[in-house]
Amino acid sequence: MEKIKEFTIKVYSENNIGLLNRLTIIFTRRKINIESLTTSEYHIPGVHSFTIVVNSTETMIRKIISQIQKLVDVMKAFYYHSDEIIYQEIALYKVPTSALLESNEIENLVRRYNARILEVTPEYTAIEKTGHKEDTQELLEKLKPFGLLEFVRSGRVAITKPMKELAVHLQELEEATNYTND
Amino acid sequence: MKTNEEKTAGKELPAEGTVITGSEALIFSLLKENADTIFGYPGGAIMPVYDALFDYRDQLNHVLVRHEQGAAHAAESYAKILGKTGVVLVTSGPGATNLVTGLANAMIDSVPMVAFSGQVSSNLLGTDAFQETDVIGITMPVTKWNYQITSAEEIPEIVAKAFYIASTGRPGPVMIDITKDAQFGKIKWHYEKCRRIRSYFPYPKVQMDKVEKAAHLINKAQKPLLIAGRGILISKAEEELMNLVTKADIPVTTTLLGLSSFPVDHPLNVGMPGMHGNMAPNIKTNECDLLIAIGMRFDDRITGRLDDYANQAKIIHIEIDHSEIGKNVTSDVAIVADAKDALSRLLPLVKENDHKEWVESFRKEYKKEYEKVIKPARESKGLDIKMDEVVHLISDKTDGQAIVVTDVGQHQMVVARNYCFKQARSFVTSGGLGTMGFGLPAAVGAKVARPDRVVLGFAGDGGFQMTIQELGTIAQHKLPVKMILLNNSFLGMVRQWQDMFFDKRYSFTELANPAFTKIASEGYGIASRYIEKREDLEKAVDEMLDTEGPFLLEVKVMKEQNVFPMVPAGASVSHMVTE
Ligand SMILES: Cc1ncc(C[n+]2csc(CCOP(=O)(O)OP(=O)(O)O)c2C)c(N)n1
Repeated sequence: MEKIKEFTIKVYSENNIGLLNRLTIIFTRRKINIESLTTSEYHIPGVHSFTIVVNSTETMIRKIISQIQKLVDVMKAFYYHSDEIIYQEIALYKVPTSALLESNEIENLVRRYNARILEVTPEYTAIEKTGHKEDTQELLEKLKPFGLLEFVRSGRVAITKPMKELAVHLQELEEATNYTND
Repeated sequence: MKTNEEKTAGKELPAEGTVITGSEALIFSLLKENADTIFGYPGGAIMPVYDALFDYRDQLNHVLVRHEQGAAHAAESYAKILGKTGVVLVTSGPGATNLVTGLANAMIDSVPMVAFSGQVSSNLLGTDAFQETDVIGITMPVTKWNYQITSAEEIPEIVAKAFYIASTGRPGPVMIDITKDAQFGKIKWHYEKCRRIRSYFPYPKVQMDKVEKAAHLINKAQKPLLIAGRGILISKAEEELMNLVTKADIPVTTTLLGLSSFPVDHPLNVGMPGMHGNMAPNIKTNECDLLIAIGMRFDDRITGRLDDYANQAKIIHIEIDHSEIGKNVTSDVAIVADAKDALSRLLPLVKENDHKEWVESFRKEYKKEYEKVIKPARESKGLDIKMDEVVHLISDKTDGQAIVVTDVGQHQMVVARNYCFKQARSFVTSGGLGTMGFGLPAAVGAKVARPDRVVLGFAGDGGFQMTIQELGTIAQHKLPVKMILLNNSFLGMVRQWQDMFFDKRYSFTELANPAFTKIASEGYGIASRYIEKREDLEKAVDEMLDTEGPFLLEVKVMKEQNVFPMVPAGASVSHMVTE
């Protein structure tokens, strides 16, 4: 059996209503869970980008990429192994300020984990940490005993290591396409 | 023949800049796209468009179906016969949801279609207004593209885009939902055809290095076999196919959806592959040294057990949809391109060749199948009429020149196996989805598309009742469709599986049927004949073919006939069973 691995999919598309739905249908049809999904505008005006993290086999991911690429509003889709991208997630934690004041343990954790305190009010303290999931998860476990009030982690954002730019990919695609058959 | 554009220009396609309503813009846009026929059904949310249509009913022939599903199937059939985009028009809510099966069918069979639904006014969207439904959400998985228009200004541009997307690349259905206020809105008329979309890459250019590799494989192959799929018909590459296989002497097997892309009576035609296909192409799939698959997607009904499919062969896959490459079967050379384009570049690189013995070996296999299965079914001596004799007789009587439409089930396979197609674009069936109820409305669409050709609509007693209301469409529009109902009083194909794989436990497959000919003749005024004796068959077929108007021929056939040979589900193509 082929191994299940974590893949990061990047999709560049028109910013059209409903495209997100069309994308997720491709995963749900094959009963593949989306671990995380982030969308944002790309630096080329009018182009939108999706970063999708899923666990699956490479064979399956290749088929999925083909089906994504086929969507009318998608310009280009890629998949990457974890070592081909630089990625981060951001996590926010809310703890009672009383716990922060009781000892310096929370402050030590913040320092040790390279996190930072965003806001302190009489009731709560907001902490932010950026990193890979394992790191933000570890801090979460450490903060739980202090009466953690709230926690949230963003989807993955990633930039890729290969140097070939999207514009070049698109130009190649364009040159390899006839737009009508007459 | 005048194009619609000219006809309307003579009448009153407005000058650029004229102020018109959104509904008029839709009608004019359709004319600009050269549409001449609409299959539809009106209702509240689409009434402004129907009102605009009234003035242009001479240019746009509106066929009033009896159920929206029928409109989609008819439009699909029209599109398959003419190789031209079918147009559907329905109202919101139930009108749109009734289309879903038809859209799914067109999607999986790659049929160009543009369907328009009315929608509640944009200020009411999302409020559960009367007959509001999330058409975009519902149809997303079964359309190539869909879009909701909420202002009149969008109409010309979106219609142009819809036709472009539906008809180019791998074709498919497009759904356009138009709110009522957009239909009423006013715009200055302007139309421009869509020639390209930035994010859409419909026709990959042929990569010549791949073509050279393919030619090399073809030139050195000793035992090549070519599978022709619907892609040949879509790209209108019948001639290129003929040139290639006659030059290199390659046997051709046509898939269910590729039927009629290559004449059945041609010496190189070795029949149909797949579950109820012919023995030779199935068995030889696992003996050939080169398999050339064109415009097909290695559906599981063709491949049987995948890990025992053509393992010994090199495989060339010519297919316009890159996501089909390697989806089911891994190929050695993949040419992602339009079939016609690829074939015409391949031809000069392919050497003249002959594979006499190899081609002969198919004939031997066919002879075995003929003796064991085909002949006994066509020349049955038993009391009951078998489906094969009916189809075979009608094929002879029409000299293989008719347009043949089927429903889904045993009769579908029997027709595919027994009709001797001699002309391209002559077979319409529901392949990928296997939609019972497809046949009758599809026969309507075929006749509307080609009034000059004989249209035969075969159906089983189960499927016929799923869309039997379309008899009304046939009667009202006086469409001389020849319907052949092969009545076995069973959901035959399911009963066959129960017989073979479920210990003959006939769980809810027996049908108590109405008097079909009475419904047709007394109810709809359609001429009909019911027969149950072999000696009456020929006369009845002649009567049907000689009758000017529509005709229903109901033949009582053997109740428990099984269709053979068969690749049982999950078995290898080389393990066909004949009983
Ligand atoms: C809409 C739909 N429902 C159910 C089926 C499953 N099915 C496939 S073939 C078949 C039997 C068809 O019976 P009939 O129309 O009498 O044709 P026959 O097989 O007897 O020729 C059924 C129920 C289907 N294909 N489509």
